[in-house]
Amino acid sequence: MTVKAMTAKEVTRKVFHKEELFILDVRNESDFLDWKIEGKNFDYLNIPYFELLDGVDRILEKLPSDKEILVVCAKEGSSVMVAEMLSEKGLNVSYLKGGMKAWSEHLEPVKVGELTDGGEIYQFVRIGKGCLSYMVISNGEAAIIDATRMTDIFLDFAKEKGAKITHVFDTHLHADHISGGRTMAKETGATYWLPPKDAMEVTFEYMPLEGGNVVTIGNTAIDIHALYSPGHTIGSTSLVVDGKFLLSGDILFINSIGRPDLAGKAEDWVTDLRESLYSRYRELSADLVVLPAHFMIMDELKEDGSVSEKLGTLFVNNHGLNIEDENEFRKLVTENLPPQPNAYQEIRKTNMGKMNPDLEKQREMEIGPNRCAVR
Amino acid sequence: MESTKILNVKGLACPMPIVKTKKAMNELHLGDVLEIHATDKGAKKDLTAWAKVSGHEMLKYEEDGEVLKFWMKKGN
Repeated sequence: MTVKAMTAKEVTRKVFHKEELFILDVRNESDFLDWKIEGKNFDYLNIPYFELLDGVDRILEKLPSDKEILVVCAKEGSSVMVAEMLSEKGLNVSYLKGGMKAWSEHLEPVKVGELTDGGEIYQFVRIGKGCLSYMVISNGEAAIIDATRMTDIFLDFAKEKGAKITHVFDTHLHADHISGGRTMAKETGATYWLPPKDAMEVTFEYMPLEGGNVVTIGNTAIDIHALYSPGHTIGSTSLVVDGKFLLSGDILFINSIGRPDLAGKAEDWVTDLRESLYSRYRELSADLVVLPAHFMIMDELKEDGSVSEKLGTLFVNNHGLNIEDENEFRKLVTENLPPQPNAYQEIRKTNMGKMNPDLEKQREMEIGPNRCAVR
Repeated sequence: MESTKILNVKGLACPMPIVKTKKAMNELHLGDVLEIHATDKGAKKDLTAWAKVSGHEMLKYEEDGEVLKFWMKKGN
């Protein structure tokens, strides 16, 4: 039997299509419990590779004969070793090419809508980490919102579409992932926008993104309207694209809302968060399609892998938007919060330009899920 | 800290640091201390967890610049 490499892209397809897959995760138990490949119809067995050095006999009976088996580890090496051992026993197995490192970095572009002048808006699904970035394309120009650090993917995509990147936005100073916005703006000559209240300590030049700003992409005016919506961070700003799409950043998600504590100001920002969600968003059209900067669980993905919902629907279904009592709301967003994202303080410093870790360090800092929400 | 043997696995990626540690441990006697020098960041958690399941004792861990140093006492 031969051992095949399965790419992060192939696994992503299986997640989107809700296919079955048996994942033999050979990382240590704590890493597995912290973060793994999630799929609606995926089954798991976690046995660290270092417990299999003498052979795989003891796990053979735990492996299914009627399902595809994927061996997964942190960077690939150990999964190849275990896959080869299983192959020698006559099993047909694959290993994840590039391991969880590749899984964390994979981005899948999905078209989420059309714009009035024939332009398009794409969502880039970072499937392993739950981050969502956006590209608005209109008349040969492109804007990128909340880009991840894998800038080549955005640059190549824009090139393929024949679009010049003219504006790059970060809706807020990210704490869960390293932004590729500044790097991309530098490379393309695009304008880099960041909310000034989140940029107090940054070491670089930027254009202040403030409520009321209107930025036009393409000649026929696809407008991006900025809407100040503090709460996750003090500067958090939402964007309304083409009067149809609400890019809600880390303020509002599909099944959850933003957490206010990642800059260490939970108590201070609860009021802002409530004001943004319960007053400012209420004034917007219920027909706006909400495009958040994260998803939390795979159930939020639609058939095509995209993540979106009408604002009106979220006002009905999202628990975080339906808490009448202010004290109860305060409790929800300040108590019993999930653990903070891995290395979130270092990530914030990197996004401020105060730290310049090398690529290997950046990867390590971003390991794990995003954890920007509270339910 | 005194060690019986030093194992250099610098520059090696997972799973090699543990594969080599296991081999070196097999050649030592009960109570001997193996000093391991690694650069793979994953080695920290994995060697600690492996020591536990293999009955060895992790005596000490320190970082010397990029190098991770472990002292592991052979158990049963």
